[in-house]
Amino acid sequence: MSPAQWDLPPELCCRPMAFVALTGLDVTYNAVHRAIWDAFCVNRRADRVPISFKVLPGDHEYPKCRTKRTSYEWYIPKGILKTGWMNKHLNLVPALVVLFYELDWDDPQWKEKQSECATKVEIVRTSLQGRNTKVAVVLIQKKTPLPPGEDLVASERASSLCGACDLSGKSLFVLPHTDHLVGYIIRLENAFYEHAQTYYYNEIRRVKSHKEFLNKTTHQLLFVRHQFKMGFFSELKQDTQNALKYYRTAYSLVQELRAHETNIMEIKTMAGFINYKICRLCFQHNTPLDAIAQFRKHIDLCKKKIGSAELAFEHTAWMSKQFQSFGDLFDEAIKLGLTAIQTQNPGFYYQQAAYYAQERKQQAAQLCGHEPGVSYPAPDPLETTTGALDFYGQRPWRQGHQSIDPPDSEKEKQGILALQVKERDVLHSELIIALLSNAVAQFKKYKCPRMKSHLMVQMGEEYYHAKDYTKALKLLDYVMCDYRTERWWSLLTSILCTALKCSYLMGQVKDYITYSMELVGRASVLPEEQKSRIEKNLIKVLMNEVPEPEPDCDPASVKAAQSLWSDRVSLSGSNEFTIEVLDNVPFVQCKAKFVSPSFHIDEPVQLEVYVRADCPHPLRFSKLCVSLSNQEYNQYCLLEDASKGKDILSTQENMCLVPGKTRKYCFKFVAKTEDVGKKIEITAVGLMLGRETGRYVYLNWRGGWGDAASSHEALQASRSFKRRTRFPEQQVDWDTVSVQSSTMIISRVPRISVKLTHEPPALTNEMYCMTVTIKSEEDTVAKDIKLTAGLKPGQDANLTQMTQITLNSSEVCDDSHPALLPDIPIGDLQPGQKIVKHLYMRCVSTGSRIFLFHVAYSVDATVEDKDITCKCHKDETVTVETVVPFEVAMKFVSSKFEHLEHVYVDVPFLLMMDILSASPWPIELVSSDVQLVSSMTAIDTPESQVEGVTLQTGECASECILLKCPPVQNGTSTVASGQYIISWKRKSTLSETSVVKTIVILPHVMVENIPLYVHAELPSYGRVRESLPVRYHLENRTGLVQDVEISVEPSDAFMFSGLKQVRMRILPGAEQEMLYNFYPLMAGYQVLPQLNINLSRFPNISSQLLRRFLPSRTFVKPQGRNGDTSIEAA
Amino acid sequence: MIGLMSRDLRVRVIMAVCIAVIAKENYPLYIRSVPTQGELKFHYTVHTSLDVVEEKISGVGKALADQRELYLGLLYPTEDYKVYGYVTNSKVKFVIVVDSSNTSLRDNEIRSMFRKLHNSFTDVMCNPFYNPGDQIQSKAFDSIVAAMMVQAC
Repeated sequence: MSPAQWDLPPELCCRPMAFVALTGLDVTYNAVHRAIWDAFCVNRRADRVPISFKVLPGDHEYPKCRTKRTSYEWYIPKGILKTGWMNKHLNLVPALVVLFYELDWDDPQWKEKQSECATKVEIVRTSLQGRNTKVAVVLIQKKTPLPPGEDLVASERASSLCGACDLSGKSLFVLPHTDHLVGYIIRLENAFYEHAQTYYYNEIRRVKSHKEFLNKTTHQLLFVRHQFKMGFFSELKQDTQNALKYYRTAYSLVQELRAHETNIMEIKTMAGFINYKICRLCFQHNTPLDAIAQFRKHIDLCKKKIGSAELAFEHTAWMSKQFQSFGDLFDEAIKLGLTAIQTQNPGFYYQQAAYYAQERKQQAAQLCGHEPGVSYPAPDPLETTTGALDFYGQRPWRQGHQSIDPPDSEKEKQGILALQVKERDVLHSELIIALLSNAVAQFKKYKCPRMKSHLMVQMGEEYYHAKDYTKALKLLDYVMCDYRTERWWSLLTSILCTALKCSYLMGQVKDYITYSMELVGRASVLPEEQKSRIEKNLIKVLMNEVPEPEPDCDPASVKAAQSLWSDRVSLSGSNEFTIEVLDNVPFVQCKAKFVSPSFHIDEPVQLEVYVRADCPHPLRFSKLCVSLSNQEYNQYCLLEDASKGKDILSTQENMCLVPGKTRKYCFKFVAKTEDVGKKIEITAVGLMLGRETGRYVYLNWRGGWGDAASSHEALQASRSFKRRTRFPEQQVDWDTVSVQSSTMIISRVPRISVKLTHEPPALTNEMYCMTVTIKSEEDTVAKDIKLTAGLKPGQDANLTQMTQITLNSSEVCDDSHPALLPDIPIGDLQPGQKIVKHLYMRCVSTGSRIFLFHVAYSVDATVEDKDITCKCHKDETVTVETVVPFEVAMKFVSSKFEHLEHVYVDVPFLLMMDILSASPWPIELVSSDVQLVSSMTAIDTPESQVEGVTLQTGECASECILLKCPPVQNGTSTVASGQYIISWKRKSTLSETSVVKTIVILPHVMVENIPLYVHAELPSYGRVRESLPVRYHLENRTGLVQDVEISVEPSDAFMFSGLKQVRMRILPGAEQEMLYNFYPLMAGYQVLPQLNINLSRFPNISSQLLRRFLPSRTFVKPQGRNGDTSIEAA
Repeated sequence: MIGLMSRDLRVRVIMAVCIAVIAKENYPLYIRSVPTQGELKFHYTVHTSLDVVEEKISGVGKALADQRELYLGLLYPTEDYKVYGYVTNSKVKFVIVVDSSNTSLRDNEIRSMFRKLHNSFTDVMCNPFYNPGDQIQSKAFDSIVAAMMVQAC
């Protein structure tokens, strides 16, 4: 029995196509025939009709048709389906035989040829005796035929040929051998297809007609057979809908058959076949759910039909095959466009197939474990006369037997034995692995990573059973990491156990050690005694001895392994291994930390390493070393087996790991001065188990701590709010040890004081004085002191331009000065000595600034008996606010102190300046100066009126000067006035301050021409009843003669003489004088009689405007002694 | 009378063969299976079912409306067992494995088992001495689980 015994026959799995035989073609020697044949069968595309063609010789013998039964009365069927039946109808019995014959209508030897053709047809007919197979004739002609009806000779000869060959007109075809061969062939084959369909239709009817002769008691098998045949014929006819119907009926009939031990194989085999057909058609009809439902039903019905207990493996093999072939069908449908989902994909079926294959293997192991003496029975009970079975699913030694009991119990026994012996030789593992790997491929596709891992574990285990340990380890190692990261310890432990066995049997030392370490550790769920056993083995391996074999291993393999191991022991090289802890969970845990996140250079760097073991027995290690980012320090962080040292006992105890106890190892070293400001990191911690002289393993914790499980444990521990139990002295709670894997080396704490003295806020533009006092508090000389002072870097970039600094008090800073003065050398300071430095800063803009004063120096120190020179530095920062010292307000006013929008040419006006102090400190105004531009002239020599004035906060100083504008070119224009320079300084008691010049730009002003200028000349005061002469001057400032109308309005306070109303002309550039004598009547400030002036040429120059140049009132003194008279007069 | 009888029947029939609580990070917090059959096999069954749970949860994220539904239904059927899933709002998963031969099982009954389990789990979480993420070691929870499991005869 070959492993392929359970495979479905190819004729069942193929797609049935109508079978048409072609005869009379000589495809080897005749080129024309060859071309015809090629046109039929080469490059058949899917759109051509489904026919399978075969070239057969004209005298081919077709399978003989048995005589038709007229009655089924005494007939007892011997089985359900003959093994040859499907193949017969696919490949042997044609639906149509086509005879090709070369004959033109006008052939000269027509008569002879016609009779030869008829003979050939006759030969074919004879060999098809009893079959319903149709015969057709194709005449291969050289000439293109005329349109039907035109060629009279042709139609006449055609009918004569039909008569001679006993053919219907529909079965005679003409194939002109011309250019359009393929076109003709396609038309021909469509006609053949129709004939074939009729044939199969008739066959279905013929099979159906048997039904009435059957009875339900004896012919149950025939019911199934007939339904199956009808289904198969329907498929040949390409009527898949009906085929499905027939197969479904066949399926329910086959399940109704009475099953017993002798025929259960046959029933299952047939049920499997029919089920396969149904599922296949369902997928083809794109109804996958129907297929799945059918398959489920099939499995549920057949699951329990185990049959003979001695051949139970046959049932599981069959079940496995059912699942596998359904998986194949499903997969094929997916390839043709069906979409599967995560929970319904072919993978599940392959998995189940693998599961049954595994079960088969177990059953085979139980049932086929014969004594070595039992050999294959002779004569071979599985041998049949024909070499094959007559019916599907029957036993070779009792073919056709249908009753309940086997005919010959001895033969039966021999047969079963033969099957069992064959089963023993089956390579089960191969089958299982193939199925599993199919399933893996599917689950990978449908996003089931865990299912995939599980199947890979099974594959690995199967490889282990098949003794292919290399492959087993490869697979297990691959998935182990998934289970480890998902923290499924139970599953990981199981996988590790298998892996350990593999590595033991292969003598792989490193793998053996790695797996042992993990199995002994905390991630393993093994019972304590197992852990203990494994640890003892591990210790043996580390001592370069052969470990005890793992339990439940194949004895022969163990023997081989033992010799492998002893070879390893004798071999000297390759006895050192490094295990990266990050990839697994070994039984030793480690945490390394610096005691502090930073160390000063003048104190030793301290480092602690905590080590804990979870194994059942204490274990000694021989070396512990810490690697740091600066490797020069590594030599100080090393703990070695000090067998040569003095204190052997204590170190021995020190280097022994007691289960569950945390050990702490401290290291200390002095950092190098170059490392100041640098980070020192723990790159790794290494722990050596075993001996350097023999075999040893090096556990390497990268970064100084952590394995595959520890980060989660640390998280859980941090979350836990369980009260920490107090540990006795010198014992540490593992969870509370926090990791500090890097530290900073920082400079020594400076012992120096830096004091700043100043008077904030700073005033804009002043040279702000800052006094720095540096005092040494060191015990030794502070050497090489350097001061860096100025604007602290990292502030607004604009501030750098707006700030200047200098050491020189006498100079005034400008843009060339820097904002920061680096490394001002100061020299050495003896202990207790101090030094004072003045710095001058100029802040051009307001706002706050941070100033930095950085004092660096070096000093000698001794740490741990080592002399080092430490660099120290102290930073002092101060924030200084800058404010404006004063505000300057400027305005133009008229000589009457009225606000001016614009000034008039040659008319005098005043410029007023107010200086308002905003500084919190008193300001001394040293001088002030107005610098006018050419368009402005001062009327009297200006000299500063505020010189030497000291302003307190909020005080204001004012000055004013009288100005005049010379004529301008055109009517009105805006002119600049010049600038105002104020020289000032802060009044400070602390330090001498320098004078600052502040320049203020004077405002621009509008200058206008005026056509007529009026001014009055009058005494500064009048006296009651004394004449007050007033002279008005009218100046024409235009190039035109002007008409001026003047009137004087009467006033209560004055009588007056002069022209009350007058009209006159003033020549260009001329001046008119008008004299009035006012006679005051009342004392005090009195309003003068109003002078109205109308310019008829310039109506927009109103009388009010001109009146602004004239005094509106004057002071009148009383009459003196004769004061009474004035009262009388009033 | 009839109602009472059917209830009696149900109590007898609906029993799980394996019950598991899985942490948000997909490691087991609690796994209990009937001792007669291989414990390891159930561990694998529960572990592989997480594939489907993960897929369902990620699918739920898209349709926010369904987020209230904690019961995930039948995860996948194997030949011998049916695996059901449930996920709490904090993404802790419950998995119940039931024998496939248990055909009389109704969805509602599975739901009520999950609800019971969830209530008991909530009690465990409320225990101030329980550190979320640790293995569940609670007698009350054990007894609830034991009551849902097929008694090994």
